Amino acid sequence: MQKANIAVFTTRDVIAPTNLSERLANNKKTFLTFIVLLSAFGCAPSDDATGTARPGKPVVIKNKGSDTMVNLAQAWAEAYIGVSTTASVEVSGGGSGTGVAALINGTVDIANCSRQIRPKELEQATKNTGKVPREFIVGYDALAVYVHPDNPLTRISIPQLAEIYGEQGTLKKWSELGIAHAACPSDKIIRISRQSNSGTYFYFREALLGKARDFALGSLDLHGSKDVVEVIERTPCAIGYSGMGYATAHVKMLDVAVESGAPYYAPNLQNVLDKTYPIARPLYMYSLGEPTGEVKIYLDWLLSPVGQKIVERLGFVPLKSEGSP
Amino acid sequence: MLGKNKGANVPFSETVIELFIRLCGISAIIFVFGIFFFVFREGAGFLFGGLDLGQFLTSPEWYPTSLSHKRYGTFALILGTFSVTALAMLLAVPFGLGAAIFVSEFCSPKLRETFKIIIELLAAIPSVVWGFIGLTLMNQLIIKLFNAPIGLTMLNGSIMLALMSVPIIVSIAEDALKAVPDSYREAAEALGATRWQVIYRVLLPAAKNGLLAAVLLGAARSIGETMAVLMATGHSVNIPEGPLSWIRTLTATIAAELGEVARGSEHYQVLFIIGILLFTITFVVNLIADLVIKGIRQA
Repeated sequence: MQKANIAVFTTRDVIAPTNLSERLANNKKTFLTFIVLLSAFGCAPSDDATGTARPGKPVVIKNKGSDTMVNLAQAWAEAYIGVSTTASVEVSGGGSGTGVAALINGTVDIANCSRQIRPKELEQATKNTGKVPREFIVGYDALAVYVHPDNPLTRISIPQLAEIYGEQGTLKKWSELGIAHAACPSDKIIRISRQSNSGTYFYFREALLGKARDFALGSLDLHGSKDVVEVIERTPCAIGYSGMGYATAHVKMLDVAVESGAPYYAPNLQNVLDKTYPIARPLYMYSLGEPTGEVKIYLDWLLSPVGQKIVERLGFVPLKSEGSP
Repeated sequence: MLGKNKGANVPFSETVIELFIRLCGISAIIFVFGIFFFVFREGAGFLFGGLDLGQFLTSPEWYPTSLSHKRYGTFALILGTFSVTALAMLLAVPFGLGAAIFVSEFCSPKLRETFKIIIELLAAIPSVVWGFIGLTLMNQLIIKLFNAPIGLTMLNGSIMLALMSVPIIVSIAEDALKAVPDSYREAAEALGATRWQVIYRVLLPAAKNGLLAAVLLGAARSIGETMAVLMATGHSVNIPEGPLSWIRTLTATIAAELGEVARGSEHYQVLFIIGILLFTITFVVNLIADLVIKGIRQA
């Protein structure tokens, strides 16, 4: 039951309209505080975000920010209950901006951010708290564009994807992409998408179309990242997107370029790490100054193989992984 | 002494059992109203405050998570639900009734038992398994057979629904045919009717109420099915043009989206309003069925 509650709270934050997120963040905060209380044997979380241990009482590390990362941050926090007896983590969402604002005010130990901190924010934080925020990349969020192996297409640009998926898009047939797709006699591009409130859908839509344009109706909105790959394996006419980690030997991943003239990059770990692959973004965490005490121990644990396993489990790209393609 | 004790015990246990049965009967009503109340309460806020009901029922544009312009039109979903159910019934009713007639009238008793076990086994397969078969096997088969761009279509979903409702239709229809007294058959045969004439002229008219109930229960199973249609029909907001169109149903929309929706948001409430719509559809179907059966009885 508690597990289910967590899932509901986390995903709702990803999709909540701005006016709701504040309230929801509060809900979640209350709930996680409850968990923290349980795990700390009735010890109340301290209000000051110092991250220093008091004898006999576990330290509460405050962690706030990105909605994309809130699932990940909570998975880490949950797993950490079994790792550390001297510290527990309190996670809340609200958006990357909220996290950075809290960092500037000095009310959190760690801010989650799905974008890099802006120079002005960095300056404000330094001025306000006297400490320079320290940046950690804790994982990557990368999507691959999949087609059937019989499809002769090997690469695609973001504007082309936008015309395939977007409302009033102009690309409806494979031949319009300049290829002869023999295995697809109807020549129709079958768009595979995700249900409209999944985080993957949100990120892909924003990467392709920004905030003003919607996807065209009539795409097949499958339920789950794995189903997307499974259907494309068996459907020569299909194109779809899913996390890079879901690739199998029976599908082909396309190289992607930002624009039609720009170089194309394959969706592999190296290109994600080099920031050349366009449909990927690093996930950041910021601490106030060089982390110390329990905060440092927690961040070291996140970046360790054990912590990075959780990144992989939630469908993100870990920093260094052996298993991913 | 012994007799007296028994006499005192029996009314007591009878009272308990009677009370229990009465509670069971009432609980069914309480549950139905409770569920309706819950669904209605969750959706009511938006239903009476903000939702354009005309657009909700007639617009095919379902954009519940658009950042620039949210639209809640369920027309394509309603058409999807009705078309996939109708096609499923078109496939399932002839097979179901045919199988029921065969099992009830033509089978040897031994074969009948085997058949019934196999048919009941068919009913025991979970719907997610049917969905997976649709997603993988049937998808490929339809692409090959019909040269279709993709096999996740209304036809695929209908075949899955037909396979799921056939066991229900067969077992209820078979019971209905078995309930026709043997004296009817004997009388018809004594008058010189052939086997076919007995079935067509005597058994089917005599069992029509039960057969209709079988078909309607099969249809109800199809309308309410969620997982198989979510996986097999393509789950695409699309006005169906034929059996090879990819479609989306009302039930599948609720199943796919409710898990990740912000509680209390407009989108959340709209999903519950779809629930109210489904409730209404089922109620109307049942009401019509009742009226039809009553009509048949009086005729």
